[in-house]
Formats: sequence, C-alpha cells, structure tokens
Amino acid sequence: MNRRRPEPMQVVKQRRDAALCALASRVPYTRFLDITFDRRGDELTGVLNFDEKLIGNPQLPALHGGVTAAFLEVTAIISLSWAMLWEDVESGTLTLDALEAGQLPRMPKTIDFTVDYLRSGLPRDAYARAHVTRSGRRYASVRAEAWQDNHDRPIAQAHAHFLMPRKEG
Amino acid sequence: MCADKAEIARSFIQLIPQARALNMEIVEIGNGVAVIRMPYDPALIGDPDTGVIHGGAVSTLMDTCGGAATMSHPSNPGGTATISLRIDYLRGAVPGQAITARAECHHVTRSVAFVRATAHDDDPDNPVATATGTFTVERRP
Repeated sequence: MNRRRPEPMQVVKQRRDAALCALASRVPYTRFLDITFDRRGDELTGVLNFDEKLIGNPQLPALHGGVTAAFLEVTAIISLSWAMLWEDVESGTLTLDALEAGQLPRMPKTIDFTVDYLRSGLPRDAYARAHVTRSGRRYASVRAEAWQDNHDRPIAQAHAHFLMPRKEG
Repeated sequence: MCADKAEIARSFIQLIPQARALNMEIVEIGNGVAVIRMPYDPALIGDPDTGVIHGGAVSTLMDTCGGAATMSHPSNPGGTATISLRIDYLRGAVPGQAITARAECHHVTRSVAFVRATAHDDDPDNPVATATGTFTVERRP
C-alpha cells in the first residue's frame, strides 16, 4: 500500500497553532474579554482569564451573566470556524504563510443564541467547550458549556444556530 | 421618575464593572421598563472583515437591560439574576453607531420575572436583535 509518510510533528503542530492563533487573535472582542484557547489535537478549550472588569454583581461578587454568555458565544464561533478549517489545515491546503498573513475564510454569523444560567460565576477563570452538533452548507447547530473549578458543576450552557459563510467559487 | 431615582439608576450602572467597561448609560428606567445605550467601540468588534460588534457585547447589553427592567418593576424585587436568555440576531449593527436596548418586564410571579427586549442602532424601526429572558425575583429580607 502506498501510504504517505506522516509530516514531522513540529510541522503539523506549527500549522495547527498558527491556524488557531490567526482565528482567535484577529477578533478584537476576544482580546477585550481576554479569552484564550488551549488545544489538544483538534479539541479546543476556551479560557476566560479573570479580570475585575468582568464582574456584573459586585456584592456577591459574580461574573456578569452577559460575559458568561459572550464567553460561550466566542467559544462556539471559534470552535465552529476551527472545525470548518481543520481539513484544509491538515492537508496543507492552507499554508503556514497564508495563515500568518491572516488569510482565513469569513466567519459564521450568529442567528440565535440561548443561554441557561446554572450557577453564579465566581470571580476566577472559567473554561468552555463547544460541540458542533451539525454543520451543514448553510446552517450549523452548536452547543457549549462553561465551568470553573469543577467540570461536573457547569455554570452555564448554551445552544446556538449559525449562518455559514459561502464557500468561494 | 423622580430625580433621585434617576440618579440612583445612573450610579447603579456605574457600580457594575462590566457595564462601565462597555460605557453603558441608562437612558430611561422605571415601571418595569429600562432603556440602556452602549456606544460603538472598535474593541468590541466581532467580525474584523466588516467591523460589526460581536454578538456577545449585545448579549451583555440585553442581559443588563433585562435585569434593570426587572429591578424597576413596581413589585419592587430585592434582587435578581438571569435564569435564561434567548437572543435572535436580526442583522449586524451598523459599524460606528451606538446600540440601544429597551427591555420590558411584562410579567412577574412570586419567583420569576419575564422580560422582552429589542435592540437597535440609529434606525429605531429596524431592530438589530430581539430577546426574551427569565429572571429570578429575590424577596426583600
């Protein structure tokens, strides 16, 4: 059998990290909330790095519910875009040079977003993961969950629909 | 609304760090209705190709406005927290224009407040988003 020799790990990693970095860092609002992403293979975890300005209830204190919703929406959009890009990053169709020059497809647009608040967000870092339930040519359905110290005690969950960008050509 | 109530409302928003970070200002509040304005800020852009504000910032505006509407309801709740919020994004807000949300707390039970909200940019007849939310009603001690 004629199996292609796998690329060196460093080459693969560099291209994946460049894609993720290009995706997340070019959105100003992601920087405004200081949301970063951890990657293990294709799995992404959003990290909401705590800052005093994220507080919505200074008496408790607790994270602003809007911030928690925004964190879930950012994680959903980046995860969906990431899933959309993955094949082209893996095949090398999207080159490192193109990624570093910020040549990325248009972003999905949120159609609707529903969030359930399960516990109040404590004044510390939060984490989130999104799961693309269905990604079609025009529409995608995504759910996401956020937690803090204990993954089994989520602070919020969300589900959302997105309009996918048109493929060129 | 009497003058001190308006003053209390303005300082209330100043006490919320995230509302202050987004430069929100209360335009109107009372009787279960709140109107809050959020100026355009390039730091809030969600789509760098178009300059449109991120949906997350609109969520925060809607959530703040829904909570404020609940607090201003004549039943006089002691506090509130969001239970759920659903937002429909009708169109992207025009870059450079402020977004104004109007929330109405249209029904209150012993434990739950029901809220409807809309948000618009400079064109008030063509909303950018609509929302429905449920909020807890905390009793006064």
